[in-house]
Amino acid sequence: MFDAISHLFDPGQALGLLAYAPPGWGGNLLAGLGRSIEIAVGAYAVGLTIGIFGAFGKIYGGEVTRDIFGIYTTVVRAVPELVEILILYYLVPQVVNSILLSFGYDRVSLPQMPVGILVLGVVLGAYMTEVLRGSILAVPQGQIEAARAYGMPPLLLARRIIFPQMMANAIPGMANLWLNATKDTALLAVIGFNELTLTTMQGAATTKNYFVFFIAAGLMYLVISIVSGRFFARIERWARRGQPLVRGGGI
Amino acid sequence: MIAALRPMMKTHRLVMLGLAVGAVAWCAYALRWDWIPTYWNNGLILTGLETTLSLLAFSWTIGLFFAIWLGLAQASGPWYLALPAKGFCSLIRGTPLLLQLWFFYYGIGSTFQQFPWIRHSWAWTYLREAWPYALMTLTLSFAGYEGEVMRGAFLGVPKGQLESARAFGMTRFTILRRIWLPQAVQRVLPTLGGETVLQLKATPLVATITVVDLYNVSQTVRQDTYVIYEPLLLLAAVYMAITGVIVLIFRWLEHRVPSKVA
Repeated sequence: MFDAISHLFDPGQALGLLAYAPPGWGGNLLAGLGRSIEIAVGAYAVGLTIGIFGAFGKIYGGEVTRDIFGIYTTVVRAVPELVEILILYYLVPQVVNSILLSFGYDRVSLPQMPVGILVLGVVLGAYMTEVLRGSILAVPQGQIEAARAYGMPPLLLARRIIFPQMMANAIPGMANLWLNATKDTALLAVIGFNELTLTTMQGAATTKNYFVFFIAAGLMYLVISIVSGRFFARIERWARRGQPLVRGGGI
Repeated sequence: MIAALRPMMKTHRLVMLGLAVGAVAWCAYALRWDWIPTYWNNGLILTGLETTLSLLAFSWTIGLFFAIWLGLAQASGPWYLALPAKGFCSLIRGTPLLLQLWFFYYGIGSTFQQFPWIRHSWAWTYLREAWPYALMTLTLSFAGYEGEVMRGAFLGVPKGQLESARAFGMTRFTILRRIWLPQAVQRVLPTLGGETVLQLKATPLVATITVVDLYNVSQTVRQDTYVIYEPLLLLAAVYMAITGVIVLIFRWLEHRVPSKVA
């Protein structure tokens, strides 16, 4: 059985182009997948950090903080990601270099990966801010007032009262954003990142066998989204424990 | 008018407004904008704008039409309709739009030209261009995302409404036309506004398959003139303006539709 399947990947067989070792492209595709996931995880972490600060800033911050975060979320969500990625991708290294130069240091050439992660993270952060803000606002006001009445300090209040109750509302939106993050990594192909989509295109263009490559890449993306859909559905069940059942979850 | 301006009459907002005006003025003064008349006069900017807007309008309309059926099939169809519809939506939502676009243009598009009978048919004048693939991909993508949204909207309409319609002896199609669809659309309007903006933001990807949309025009300007940031900044401003118009249209629509949902 396993033998028959592994023979499919021999050169000249149906899936010969996808064999792990060269001349097959399987290894390259998997490396591309790895880079895509790496970018997505990094961008998600950056976005989550921005989102937490943004959400609390927008709700509990002063007037200036609120307006600044308001402008950030509005502008970022109104401009296509591709355009933002291009602007930031050229802007970040230039700003870093001009700061370095003004302090008398030499120019550095920033590595591609962190810049890409940062750029996607900034975009994701705007959406995350809105998701988290909505879920914090959905926590009943009485809960927070009661905690304040017992004299809870703000950090303890956030950790023990707001966080557990907002999680259930936040998970579906956060799951969507994770799926967006994995799919947005494909946008970095346009500026020459060697992630899954660009590797696929290179393989397809070299071998002129577009269907095999695009279907293989599509399946990889689908596996990511199905697996993470299951994962988030499980987290949501955990976050909703003790609450009345609602339908939903999963792709 | 005065009442509308009152929220702006706060010190920090006036300062921010001043900073924004200053930034715009600095951009206008210090950056290079001399390329704009050239590209306005040769019509490239308007062509790009037209392509972007018509791609958005057509993919929105056709996609929403398909989405209604996809949603209906998932909400109340028999399994042999519900299952393919669900599979289609998952497939579209689970893969990047860029991959779909390249699949249709490079994959299917390059297959067509291997068949002489297609190359000699009337359809070839369209099939050898890029925009039909762009329009098809955007339409399918919008249909996939909205199909899922419409499913939720159809399921959200109270059962009693449909039962009483049936009790009045309405046919299934009349129920859909008079009772089910209007209430589903009413529920979906706020979501639809956001999804329309997302669809607008998806259109620049068609530039990667050589369709001359707004984004492609800005790339052309950058390559011709070696001006790096200015075309991108203008592009961002134009997209923001279009987004603003979409948001206003949907706000107006939501106000027009009575919002008392049972």
